[in-house]
Amino acid sequence: MNPDPSLSLQSFSGLENFGHSLRSSAWLHQPEQAGELPALFKLARQQGLSIALRGSGRSYGDAALNSGQIVLDLRRLKRVLAWDPARGRITVEPGVTIEDLWNYVLADGWWPPVVPGTMFPTIGGCLSANIHGKNNWVAGPIGEHVLEFSALLPNGRRVTCTPRKNGGLFRAMIGGLGMLGVFTSITLQLKPIESGRLEVNAWAEPNLEAMLAAIDAHKDCDYVVGWVDCTAGGRALGRGQIHTARYLHAAQDPQAEASLRVDAQVLPARMFGLVPRGWLPKLMAPFMNNLSVWAVNTAKYLASRTISHHKTYRQSLIEFNFLLDYIPGWERSYGRDGLIQYQSFIPKVRAAEAFAEILRLCQKAGLPSYLGVLKRHRPDPFLLTHALDGYSLALDFKVTPANRARLSALAAELDEVVLAAGGRLYFVKDSTLRAGSAKRFLGRRAVAEFKKLKTKTDPHNLLQSDLYRRWFD
Amino acid sequence: MPQTKTTPSRFPAEPPLLRRPRAVIVGASSGIGAALAARLAAEGYRVAVLARNKARLSALCEDINRAHGEARAAAYTHDVTDLKAIPALFQRLVKDLGGMDLFVYCAGVTVPVKIDEFDTHKDQQMLQTNLAGALAWLGCAAALFQGAGRGQLVGISSVAGDRGRVLNPAYNASKAGLDAYLEGLRNRLTRRGVHVLTVKPGFVDTDQLKGSPRTFGVISPEKAADGIWKALRARQQLVYVPWFWRYIMLVIRLVPSFIFRRLSF
Ligand SMILES: Cc1cc2nc3c(=O)[nH]c(=O)nc-3n(C[C@H](O)[C@H](O)[C@H](O)COP(=O)(O)OP(=O)(O)OC[C@H]3O[C@@H](n4cnc5c(N)ncnc54)[C@H](O)[C@@H]3O)c2cc1C
Ligand SMILES: NC(=O)c1ccc[n+]([C@@H]2O[C@H](COP(=O)([O-])OP(=O)(O)OC[C@H]3O[C@@H](n4cnc5c(N)ncnc54)[C@H](OP(=O)(O)O)[C@@H]3O)[C@@H](O)[C@H]2O)c1
Repeated sequence: MNPDPSLSLQSFSGLENFGHSLRSSAWLHQPEQAGELPALFKLARQQGLSIALRGSGRSYGDAALNSGQIVLDLRRLKRVLAWDPARGRITVEPGVTIEDLWNYVLADGWWPPVVPGTMFPTIGGCLSANIHGKNNWVAGPIGEHVLEFSALLPNGRRVTCTPRKNGGLFRAMIGGLGMLGVFTSITLQLKPIESGRLEVNAWAEPNLEAMLAAIDAHKDCDYVVGWVDCTAGGRALGRGQIHTARYLHAAQDPQAEASLRVDAQVLPARMFGLVPRGWLPKLMAPFMNNLSVWAVNTAKYLASRTISHHKTYRQSLIEFNFLLDYIPGWERSYGRDGLIQYQSFIPKVRAAEAFAEILRLCQKAGLPSYLGVLKRHRPDPFLLTHALDGYSLALDFKVTPANRARLSALAAELDEVVLAAGGRLYFVKDSTLRAGSAKRFLGRRAVAEFKKLKTKTDPHNLLQSDLYRRWFD
Repeated sequence: MPQTKTTPSRFPAEPPLLRRPRAVIVGASSGIGAALAARLAAEGYRVAVLARNKARLSALCEDINRAHGEARAAAYTHDVTDLKAIPALFQRLVKDLGGMDLFVYCAGVTVPVKIDEFDTHKDQQMLQTNLAGALAWLGCAAALFQGAGRGQLVGISSVAGDRGRVLNPAYNASKAGLDAYLEGLRNRLTRRGVHVLTVKPGFVDTDQLKGSPRTFGVISPEKAADGIWKALRARQQLVYVPWFWRYIMLVIRLVPSFIFRRLSF
């Protein structure tokens, strides 16, 4: 246990978002045990400072930043508290990561029901964002797989919530930006699997409408996701490649049993058997400009039309789900000013029109996204949900000192397209919305209800983040 | 530490992609500090300005904020000789600004003394403001930047720190002390990613100059601020403003003591 906490100037630390495009600094504390939290809340109150909670800092924006105030890094609260391999129920502390989780349960034939595109986030961070996977249509967000959680509220109370017990708080804290309380233990229902491999199908689609139709037609697959070539224009606007995947039964996979071993799931250390993975970000960096990305995307699309068109193959669960982790520090290839992501969610009927407009606006601004990803979503019962019956398009943008203002102006234009189409934005991906935007995207009712709950759980407004002040002030 | 209220910051929340850098200037109600505050705001910074004179600070902030049509400067009244108040105020500034990227210590006084006068009280005034206050503030900022692994520290010293002279030994001592402190910080912090700049103005047309006799090559505070800004951007270690003082002081530093003892400036 740490000694009585204090704000020594030495504990002031530089912090960033995942994409290294936002620089911030704060008084950083890393509690070893949940028991230290009340003293930290007391300290913050005495000093007149607020606290932001932070997991692995994998958010693309400022959700886990609290510039000039206190940040609690909760990664050391990472014990597995209970595991029932017969029923697939696990109780963990919030700092356990998705990686820790699958490592722990795979051999017993279980897998996290919802995972993001990287395995490094913490379960606490995933709950506060209420993350979705490439299976959002069939599985919903991670919150729908939470059986129970315990939390410490800034008002000093400890609560246990399930969908039935304290259901209101349950649906507000999941997806609640870490603003109502601290998750201290989380019980998840995992997904039974018989093989550690998936059967993957890949094929190309020539434009946005075909992409959306294909994703919709395959929405009941275990996983479906679309890669979009954001550099293509005209009739090829929104062209790309679809990947679907399904779990395998033991009978379908001769390697089923062996593939459930953790060491069967490691990512290869070298690319093409040659280049060490650690070198890739540096090797990629010179190609992160509009022209090269256009060339690479075109080549990739043409390959997906020809070599890998309607190809079926088997991939380990982690190869399919965590492709980006394959290149450690890939985000460094974006250069010193890093990247941001803009992910919008648009209702089904308006999606084709809105995404086409979004892609066109990016191209017109000379700021094509270097990576575009499409997913299918459905509504869920959480208070600040970003999901709806429709699609999301996630766009990665390179940031440079010269383009920050243009990128912001572009994002503001895109916001209007999203709003006009009745769409939403996802707070852990946002770094561009201006002050007071929450109501416009989440609706007055949800925001009012959230604030009402916050006054109860956090009467002194101790939990804050740069994002919260920006969205809700 | 006293319980401070969670008052909202005086600056509105901004989209993080467009986050403005943050600066603090201690000693900014007039002269070089005020000109530098205006310059930094024009370069896109959010600036906190500190000094004793509240009215002057408020007027400065109003001018700056009006010029830019948004809140870019905020005033804090403070007397640097109140050393005990510094840590809490420092923490509050960090909170209000949402971090700190640049810290400038500019507060300074010249208390005129006669050529044969020795006055402990006058000497202490200069030492407290020019040196003790500087150490207290720069020390806080140094610790903060060391932790953050980035940041820029500026100390406004003087050509007067380069030699002890007949006119005002205590002022010379205060500035020479500041020079040595800044050099020590530089040697500690460069390896931590922190930039430390020592500024040595010659004659600048400010309130302080009224106390000095003999002047030549006087520049405006705006010109001085321009020199400081350029040195900051170039991450220079030491800058004389205006530039020619580097050569004048080079010569003066070379004057042997047996001659220097006979000079009367
Ligand atoms: C390459 C990549 C791919 C991604 N793919 C997806 C994806 O497919 N789908 C998706 O939904 N997201 C995705 N994300 C986003 C990521 O899953 C979320 O940002 C997630 O919240 C990160 O978790 P973290 O532990 O890093 O949390 P942080 O970023 O550190 O924090 C996120 C939020 O959680 C809060 N928080 C942290 N711990 C606690 C706690 N114990 N109690 C209460 N609140 C807490 C914080 O205050 C903050 O608001 C991706 C991110 C990356 C970098
Ligand atoms: N002018 C020159 O030719 C010249 C040459 C070399 C070096 N310098 C140095 O440049 C710096 C700025 O001086 P300047 O020329 O701009 O003179 P100035 O106009 O007199 O400015 C001095 C500033 O320091 C502040 N200050 C003085 N005592 C303070 C205290 N106890 N607490 C808080 N703030 C205090 C003053 O504000 P309040 O009075 O409102 O507190 C004022 O804002 C000084 O360090 C000076 O030594 C000046």
